[in-house]
Amino acid sequence: MKNRIRWNKTTRNNYITYAVVLLAFVVMQILSSGGILSSTLKGMLVPICAYVVMAISLNLTVGVLGELSLGHAGFMSVGAFTGVTAVIALRPYVSSAPVLLIVGMVVGAFFAAVIGFLIGIPVLRLKGDYLAIVTLAFGEIIKGIFNNLYVGLDKTGLHVSLLSDKTDLAEGGKLVISGPMGLGSIPKVATFPVGVLLVIVALIIIFHLVNSRSGRAIMAVRDNRIAAESIGVNVTKYKLMAFTVSAALAGAAGTLFATNYTTLVANKFDFNASILILVFVVLGGLGNMLGSILAATALTILPEALREFSDYRMLVYAIVLILVMLATNNDTFKSFLSRLKPGRKQKKKEVG
Amino acid sequence: MAKLVSIPSNSLIPERDIDKSPILECVNLGIQFGGLKAVDDFNLTIGRTEIAGLIGPNGAGKTTVFNLLTKVYQPTSGTILLDGKDTHGMNTMQVNKAGIARTFQNIRLFDAMSVEDNVKTGMENEMTYGMWHGIFRTPKYWRQEKVAHERAMELLSIFNMEDMADMKAGSLPYGAQRRLEIVRALATNPALLLLDEPAAGMNPSETAELMENIRKIRDTFQIAILLIEHDMNLVMNICEGLCVLNFGRVIAKGTPEDVQANPAVIEAYLGKKKEA
Repeated sequence: MKNRIRWNKTTRNNYITYAVVLLAFVVMQILSSGGILSSTLKGMLVPICAYVVMAISLNLTVGVLGELSLGHAGFMSVGAFTGVTAVIALRPYVSSAPVLLIVGMVVGAFFAAVIGFLIGIPVLRLKGDYLAIVTLAFGEIIKGIFNNLYVGLDKTGLHVSLLSDKTDLAEGGKLVISGPMGLGSIPKVATFPVGVLLVIVALIIIFHLVNSRSGRAIMAVRDNRIAAESIGVNVTKYKLMAFTVSAALAGAAGTLFATNYTTLVANKFDFNASILILVFVVLGGLGNMLGSILAATALTILPEALREFSDYRMLVYAIVLILVMLATNNDTFKSFLSRLKPGRKQKKKEVG
Repeated sequence: MAKLVSIPSNSLIPERDIDKSPILECVNLGIQFGGLKAVDDFNLTIGRTEIAGLIGPNGAGKTTVFNLLTKVYQPTSGTILLDGKDTHGMNTMQVNKAGIARTFQNIRLFDAMSVEDNVKTGMENEMTYGMWHGIFRTPKYWRQEKVAHERAMELLSIFNMEDMADMKAGSLPYGAQRRLEIVRALATNPALLLLDEPAAGMNPSETAELMENIRKIRDTFQIAILLIEHDMNLVMNICEGLCVLNFGRVIAKGTPEDVQANPAVIEAYLGKKKEA
């Protein structure tokens, strides 16, 4: 019982993270109902949630499992395309938009998990740079497939064809995914509350996974694979588990992201998108979920906030990014931050 | 000091283990890297509750034997019988489940994890709840985690390390890291514990304490321990049987007294006396 009640540092940090997300949600709801929130920022709330989930799910692969993945946007697109297809197909039967979105996210997460699992089998045999490069390749392959995929919906059900539109739809049918034109006429069912719900669910899944037998095994593989094997840890199983969960969460985020727009093309989920998500993770700190959330939020808002620089926007964005990286890696700055944290004295005593 | 007796396969094991089948039997074990025979024709039998030592000059192939036993390397010849069962075709993980746990010469802890989590990771073999139980925090999760916590604390108490449970393993002092590796290996419920230079880098008083603890571990858990060590004081004091390796071959076997008096051993360590 003592263990259940005792709040160690990890548990405390987890509760702080939940609290920050809920607080941000409440503040945003108050601001938007009070009409203080600008319409630009209001439109960014759902993408921010999607990017936050992308960042924390990639952090599971990069920070907790310790493998660099450069194809995370690929799983996001799997979730976006399958999830939206489900939303469109089920729309006549489900009247409630949030329920429709949640079902879509579950479908998106499921397909992304399947793809993540299948890709994980060959990819996770590799190590380090090789693994990173192969995930990049798979990300591009997924993009290539969706650029050539045609999915149509009519009374008889779903019709799928590759390379060209051979769906032969019956009367009244329409294309859901039309190759390079991507998704069209997406029902805009995404809402900020459901987005925050997804963030919370993703956090619960990740924190609970990390603080369980499976999470310990995953981190053991990261810290020392040989030692992990020597104490009976099934390295392949736990690598695949982390990779698949990470892909599933990315899939759900993809559905959320896509249902915020009316049209969406596969090229949106390219290499740059994967790198952007990786930047969130690295900036926020490996294994640090709150850091990922803050970094994803800040870096999604930043380009909009820099609109006044017009043509120099991305230049300023890059400079700000470099400055933040320098500052967070600066020892003086770090010790200044740690002085602000409580519980430091106690830690010193333990070491001595 | 326990008396060693001969068993049918012409090996020596402690007298008290004679009624029980040996925990480990290596028969003509060998591994070849290209043209180099790193270990050749290695025969060793270890009794159920024996503390055995594997010694020899640097580069003799001692750690290679450990890597063969734990299947980090697959032997190119010979067989390893663990509790009478051939470990052929098993990998490191399966050998651990079958009963061999080890520590490493160059410490391999999970540095970024807490001391308690390092030990709990070692309980992978006995914990049965799956990923979903962990995510949904089912009663099964709480039950097994509670047992794991209690057992981890109990194991840490062998080395009086309970109050270090929340520290990061990587931040422990060197001696404590070596001890934690032993605790983590014990958490896997081994029948045979392999210790690769457990006293390396320890001062004489720490070494004396370690010797006591190795005996205590054997007596409490009734397991066999095979250790590689260069500290002759430790080896001669706690090992019941010794096996001396040089250039990948066994040059002597027997009680510490026999081995100390063996001319081949003296030659391996000190070199040949020049003929006048």
